[in-house]
Amino acid sequence: MARTNLVPPGPVVGKRAFQLPIVDGFLWLVRIAAIALILVGATRSIASARLSGQQWRDLVVFGIAQGSVYALVALGYTMVYGVLRFINFAHGEVFMIGAMTGYFVTDGLARTALWEAAPFLSLFIALICCMTVSALVALLLERVAYRPLRGAPRLIPFITAIGASFFLQYTMASLFGTSVKSYPEVEVLTGSFTLLGFRVLRVHLLVIVAALVIMAGLYLYVEKTKAGKAMRAVSEDQETAKLMGINVDRTIARVFGVGGAMAGAAGLLFGLVFQNVFFLSGFLPGIKAFTAAVLGGIGNIPGAAVGGLTLGMVESMGPSLVLVGLGIPAAHQLKDVVAFVTLVLVLIFRPTGILGERVSEDRG
Amino acid sequence: MTATGELAAIDFVPAPKAGPRAIRLGLVGGAVAVFVSVNGMVEAFSGRLLLGSLALGEALLLSVPLLIGYLAGRPEPVLEGFTARRPGWRNVLAGLVAGLASGVTLALFVVLVASFDIRGVFLNATPELVRDGPRILTFGLELGAGLGLLLGLYVALGGAGGVLQVLPGRFRRAVLTALGWVAGLALMQPAVAQVLRGIQQELRIWTAPLTDFLYDASGALSVPGIATIAAAAFCLQLLASRQHRKPVRTRLEQLPDRSRRILRVAILAAVLLLLGLLPQVIGPFLSEVLNIAGIFLLMALGLNIVVGFAGLLDLGYVAFFAVGAYTTALLTSPQSSVGVGWVFWLAVPFVILAAAVSGLMVGTPVLRMRGDYLAIVTLGFGEIARLLFISDWLKPWFGGAQGIIQVGDISLGPVQIRTPEAFFYVLFVFVLLAAYATYALQDSRIGRAWMAMREDEAVAEAMGVNIVTAKLSAFIVGAVLAGFGGALFATKIGSVFPHSFNVIVSITVLVVIIVGGMASVPGVVLGTLVLVGLPELLREFEEYRFLIYGALLIFMMLKRPEGFIPSGRRAEELHEQEVAQDEWLVAGAPETGATDADRDEPN
Amino acid sequence: MALFEIRGLTKDFGGVRAVDGLDLDIDEGEIVSVIGPNGAGKTTLFNLVTGMVTADQGAVNFQGRAIAGLRPSQILALGIARTFQNVRLFPEMTVRENVMVARHCRTRSGMLKAVLRPPSFRREEKETRQRAERALEFFGSRLVGWRFDTPARSLSYANRRRLEIARALASDPKLLLLDEPTAGMNPRETEELIELIRRMRDDLGVTIALIEHDMRLVKGVSERVVVLDYGQLIAQGRYDEVASNDRVIEAYLGRKATTA
Repeated sequence: MARTNLVPPGPVVGKRAFQLPIVDGFLWLVRIAAIALILVGATRSIASARLSGQQWRDLVVFGIAQGSVYALVALGYTMVYGVLRFINFAHGEVFMIGAMTGYFVTDGLARTALWEAAPFLSLFIALICCMTVSALVALLLERVAYRPLRGAPRLIPFITAIGASFFLQYTMASLFGTSVKSYPEVEVLTGSFTLLGFRVLRVHLLVIVAALVIMAGLYLYVEKTKAGKAMRAVSEDQETAKLMGINVDRTIARVFGVGGAMAGAAGLLFGLVFQNVFFLSGFLPGIKAFTAAVLGGIGNIPGAAVGGLTLGMVESMGPSLVLVGLGIPAAHQLKDVVAFVTLVLVLIFRPTGILGERVSEDRG
Repeated sequence: MTATGELAAIDFVPAPKAGPRAIRLGLVGGAVAVFVSVNGMVEAFSGRLLLGSLALGEALLLSVPLLIGYLAGRPEPVLEGFTARRPGWRNVLAGLVAGLASGVTLALFVVLVASFDIRGVFLNATPELVRDGPRILTFGLELGAGLGLLLGLYVALGGAGGVLQVLPGRFRRAVLTALGWVAGLALMQPAVAQVLRGIQQELRIWTAPLTDFLYDASGALSVPGIATIAAAAFCLQLLASRQHRKPVRTRLEQLPDRSRRILRVAILAAVLLLLGLLPQVIGPFLSEVLNIAGIFLLMALGLNIVVGFAGLLDLGYVAFFAVGAYTTALLTSPQSSVGVGWVFWLAVPFVILAAAVSGLMVGTPVLRMRGDYLAIVTLGFGEIARLLFISDWLKPWFGGAQGIIQVGDISLGPVQIRTPEAFFYVLFVFVLLAAYATYALQDSRIGRAWMAMREDEAVAEAMGVNIVTAKLSAFIVGAVLAGFGGALFATKIGSVFPHSFNVIVSITVLVVIIVGGMASVPGVVLGTLVLVGLPELLREFEEYRFLIYGALLIFMMLKRPEGFIPSGRRAEELHEQEVAQDEWLVAGAPETGATDADRDEPN
Repeated sequence: MALFEIRGLTKDFGGVRAVDGLDLDIDEGEIVSVIGPNGAGKTTLFNLVTGMVTADQGAVNFQGRAIAGLRPSQILALGIARTFQNVRLFPEMTVRENVMVARHCRTRSGMLKAVLRPPSFRREEKETRQRAERALEFFGSRLVGWRFDTPARSLSYANRRRLEIARALASDPKLLLLDEPTAGMNPRETEELIELIRRMRDDLGVTIALIEHDMRLVKGVSERVVVLDYGQLIAQGRYDEVASNDRVIEAYLGRKATTA
């Protein structure tokens, strides 16, 4: 039975069959249709010059401001996904609770002299409160709802997170009422100024700067501190990290806490921009921030920033650029449709994101 | 499957000591009591009298220490090989301590509400809780006396919970059953009273004395009623759990084939007869409640196939419901953009077609997506559908926010289905068909393919299951059942508005199948009746419905992911012996160990 | 022509070449063992052959048909079935159902038939059931009777391995790939499995390729041993030939530090 090692190459019969040809064909069709629609819409609306250059620039600034908020929320999704491979569906609610806290604190402060005398100090106090409350809620969620389910099949903690999301929403509704709460006016933040030809609302500038500072802080925390190193180690390989003496439970809790704090900050900024908040305010921004996280590459911290900004721009310009160009009436109504379509398209065609997924997965 | 799970299981977590555990549980219970007080549940529920002058709100407040005491009194977990301590005064003490801790927490809250007005922030912390009016939290007494009573009741009920743990298992179960029956009958008073009245009117069986005996004029259970129900339930449960008594199922299986078949036919006939009489007996209001539950049941049976059988978590399920409703509305309403005004039955094939096509449209892009992403994308599809139906852009077709009105009624020959009672029959036929289809599919080639796919997609594919066909067919079946639900919904309401197709509907259906028991038809039926029917019946639940749903989802996933009525195969307990052998094998036990014969003994 | 031919099969995993230009033939009715040190690419080879992983290069022919690029379910339908190194059953399904799943590709009934239940459906269902039970009976009394209806997760480890083999057999394969079939079994059970593997070939006419670390099994059952190292075929032949091959010894034990 002994044989030589090298058998002469035999004839190769038949040709390679495609995997799922119909499905792939359908997906290609969708892809081409989407690109065609975007191109047609964009060229037509630019050619029609319905919006002036100034208006486009306004949309850009608004997109960046909105995108910064999404980026802050997206950080929470992406960090949790990085360590646990789990979509914290309730993260949008953590954000909403931050915005709610922001309302109660600013509303309270607005009745004191401090509000007029030192507006930035008041806002800073509000920021700290929002970050603390949101971080606490996130920690509580982790402890009560997620920690006992570690290692369970993927969908079980995800369904828990859906439950937590609804529980938090309706907790807020039953405690604080279902009405829309309006943030008090901040005088120093009204008005705008011009920078390099862009008209920038002061509140937008504050949001962008604050988001940048917070994100830079987070980046340093994750890259330079020991706790950050532990987080990165746990997201690479939990078992090994444990063997190296890292307290995995505490590190994961810390990830939730930091993510929650980011969401709390985003909540306050969101409240300052849009001026109001109610118990369902977390749902849409949550979904959008998740889209941003996937768009940037889930598990990837700079990716969350990139994804957030991209999504903010798409959402602020998309309706005017594409839908108006296609001649769809009342395009602003479809703003959320644009966001959801982006979500669906990103998850279908680019689930690994722009900067690439950073998840060490056991895809055995 | 991952290394994470195995290692986590090996980690030794020392059980907390009984004392700190009782205090911790007590604090959690206190937090729950404060939560239900401050969010208005206690007050909202205080309008319904349950037992004598005890209102539902107070019962809710007082059920906390009982439950906490029961949990705190649980015997400590014991490592294998050690003998458990005999239950005794420790369990009662733990219950007392837990009750006290809860009581103190709630008392602090009462003092807080009495001294400060926190209503500016917590809208539902009304003065009625402590200060004036009924003073619910202090049982109508002044602050000092009320606090004393509150603490006393909490400690006593905590202790009572602990005492339950001391009782032998049979008696404990009997007491719990009695409690459950009393609570259930008290809560279900509107339904029970209506059914008894209906029996009297329709069947001429004189039930009024029974009603008067059970309930007093305010609708609460009367004292003799409570005593009778509790005693009956206690005795029945005690009899049923007699030792050396074969379970009913085993006894049934021992019957000869012929008698079993006769029995089965008889039961089926009886059930059908009862259901046939049901809408007449229960009257229009309860029929309406059942109809709403029935429509959700239709959807739940469909989602059960998608999630329970095929393991595809679809959060945008309401989209198919909407497609069914809009198709019906477009084809049967003379006012719609199509304007043909067909009869309902003519629209049904188109509902099937439209639902199936939309199932394909949603299913195809998500074929290769992993579970959690699939859930989010389907959620996106659901929202897109709703936003498009509501938009001005498609208003010429779907009517925008104004929807479509004058949806046609169902007609059976010359009879128009208008009353809820008549509608019940039509709905019932649909539900019966859906339930039959579920059973038939479960036990078939495609059903096995679905389940294999749910368990392990890659292996299912390697074992010859065509994943594309299996996934798409699950989506299509689910979509069609939801489409039927939507069609019936549209004709029942007589109009279609996009606001009815909120994501909350998808979540409700998901909660129903998870609480009832995934992949289990009885579980889904009971889940729908309780979770959809009950809030319709007891309107005060309506406001807190989604809060409860959310809490239930978390609780189920943490404690009973298989649901309350799991499907048969999931209910089977692990064969301890074989698992033990596993460890024995892995550990590399002596090679001349157990013989094959004794290893293969059934246990 | 051989039953099964591999030519120049190559697979990279992010820079690591798991299978490197592999050529391999398997004749009808053979029992071939694939051995090699850990990470030699044995399981990857099985994954490539069954379509669970797509190859970067190379051709796989089965009965003269190119099967590279086909979906796993299509490959199973052509007659290549496998088991997994870390037993992968459908844990919540019953033992019988686990095996019935493998008949999927040999049966036709769709959803309509499942709901309407015509006689043809009942016939097919009955046959599927019988075939599944027959496949389980192949292992004697271990998986039959009351065990038919127990969920797969309740089985002992060795029985799970057996169930996995029964599941593969029920698909009527011409070529059966067994990935470490005796891992976790005790010597008695291994002996028994050696006997069963022979019977599968002799009674059922199945060609068998197996990955194994237990040299007793390799020696006892295989007519030809193929040795892989770093994704390449370094030797093949009878067990004793291979066992004395220098390259094989080197692959397992490493090169001597100094040459004497």
